[in-house]
Amino acid sequence: MSLEILSYSFMQKGLVAGMAIAIICSLMGIFLVLRRYSLFGDALAHMAFGGISVGMLAGVYPLWTAFAVSVLGALGITKLRKSTKISGDAAIAVLLVSGLGVGVLLISATDGFRVDLFSFLFGSILLISTEDTLLILGISAGVVAALTALRKQLLHMTFDEEQAKVSGLNIDRLNYIFVVLASITVITSMRLVGILLISALIVLPNITSMLFGKGFKKTVIISMSISVFSVVSGIILSYYLDLAPSGTIVMITVAVLIGTLIAKYAGIVGKSKPLEYQKVT
Amino acid sequence: MSMNVLEVNDVSIKYNGYLAVDKINFSVKEGDLLGIVGPNGAGKTTLFKAIIGLQNYTGSIKLFGYEGKDYHPLLPLIGYVSQKVNFEQNFPATVQEVVSMGLLPEKKLVKGAILLQNCGCCWSRIYKKLEKDSDKVLQTLRTVGLESLKDRRIGDLSGGELQRVFIAKALVKDPVLLILDEPVTGVDMEAQSKFYNLLQTINKENKITIVWSSHDLEAISKLANRVACMNRKLFFHGEKGEFFSNKELLKTYAESAMQMHMHDHD
Repeated sequence: MSLEILSYSFMQKGLVAGMAIAIICSLMGIFLVLRRYSLFGDALAHMAFGGISVGMLAGVYPLWTAFAVSVLGALGITKLRKSTKISGDAAIAVLLVSGLGVGVLLISATDGFRVDLFSFLFGSILLISTEDTLLILGISAGVVAALTALRKQLLHMTFDEEQAKVSGLNIDRLNYIFVVLASITVITSMRLVGILLISALIVLPNITSMLFGKGFKKTVIISMSISVFSVVSGIILSYYLDLAPSGTIVMITVAVLIGTLIAKYAGIVGKSKPLEYQKVT
Repeated sequence: MSMNVLEVNDVSIKYNGYLAVDKINFSVKEGDLLGIVGPNGAGKTTLFKAIIGLQNYTGSIKLFGYEGKDYHPLLPLIGYVSQKVNFEQNFPATVQEVVSMGLLPEKKLVKGAILLQNCGCCWSRIYKKLEKDSDKVLQTLRTVGLESLKDRRIGDLSGGELQRVFIAKALVKDPVLLILDEPVTGVDMEAQSKFYNLLQTINKENKITIVWSSHDLEAISKLANRVACMNRKLFFHGEKGEFFSNKELLKTYAESAMQMHMHDHD
């Protein structure tokens, strides 16, 4: 296998943007998974789909409306959840169906405005422009910077929200920042795997890396490595085998998970060290 | 005469429409180890939540003389260990990582400490930024006897070890007051006795003021210097000796005849 494909400009852009997306999805994903918000990414993506159709209808750049609608929807649901005690999974379902509902409704109502539905649903990383690549790089750098700055606070909030609150962390503000960052991550990543498969990049590398039984820092590094590996190998493989990149990427993350599970049960990874018992005196 | 760290005056708390805490008064002096006893549902946890700012109340709660709005900047200086911490068994965090969460948010800790210093409170162990965070964490782990487990994942620990991790997390910021809500619930005898030794060390050597709720009268009779006994209302607050010599009180409010029995034979 020669690496001539790396000389194609569309491939270079796709790989660079893909790696950036792999990193932010994995970073954002660890908090989403640990907070039992695994499907939050999916819900946000569906919300964004609704937002895109609003933008197309209104003649505004669809990504902006997508962003606005997902952030508003996510903030709304956070509030609703808090005030009505609707459980997390139900709240996510509300978000998901209302976003998709609005999208389908608007598309059918305008009957003919042409949305490349397929590319929203399944991604189109290899059709990405230079401007978009730069935009993705910039946004990703911002998300990484924000998450790095807030990592300790977010980890504390994720671990024990009550204690974090007692110690003086501004939980409400942190929650809102978290939702906005998640929305940015999801909308940026839609280009890669599409609305329907976005959870794969958010969830799978993280649950795989958690199988290794390491602390937070190492778990994050392992997850990012898996994520970047899956995206890069997925894009290259899909090119040679003439497959859809998004599906290939997702199936690689699944394969890595299964491989890790097998390795874990075979005792190769994630073995906890034997406990050292102290002598009772 | 040492000063009052905490003053609780006429505090009442309504919880789901009924009075969970009814006009409670007590104070905690610097260096005290106050044991709070009372049956389940006596309002101990609710009262603690009011002290740490998670629960509305009427009356006044003062920390080093500060109350109301002025009290809030001091909240981060309180170390609180709740009865039970629910976390995912496979949560990817090591002991060291969990304990270092106790040093957050740094700015508010420093602000609270400065506030105390400004008002002339001679709080000697003001949070020092001179120390590296990781050194501070290791030092605290040494105090609670978990240094060798620092890289162990939190989910792999036993109940007794976990409880010491949470105490270390509350202790790492040098709290002005440590509040422990029934910390030995669900922990075996050996871990309990280890915990009681630790409590004594923290109180006597680290000179940290502690408020501790427990059902274990025997342990309270050994460790605490003051006792408060409550069941919605406060029935007793004072020196330990006074409490344990008052057979009437013990008889009425002791958790179980067994524990009283053990104490009588001490």
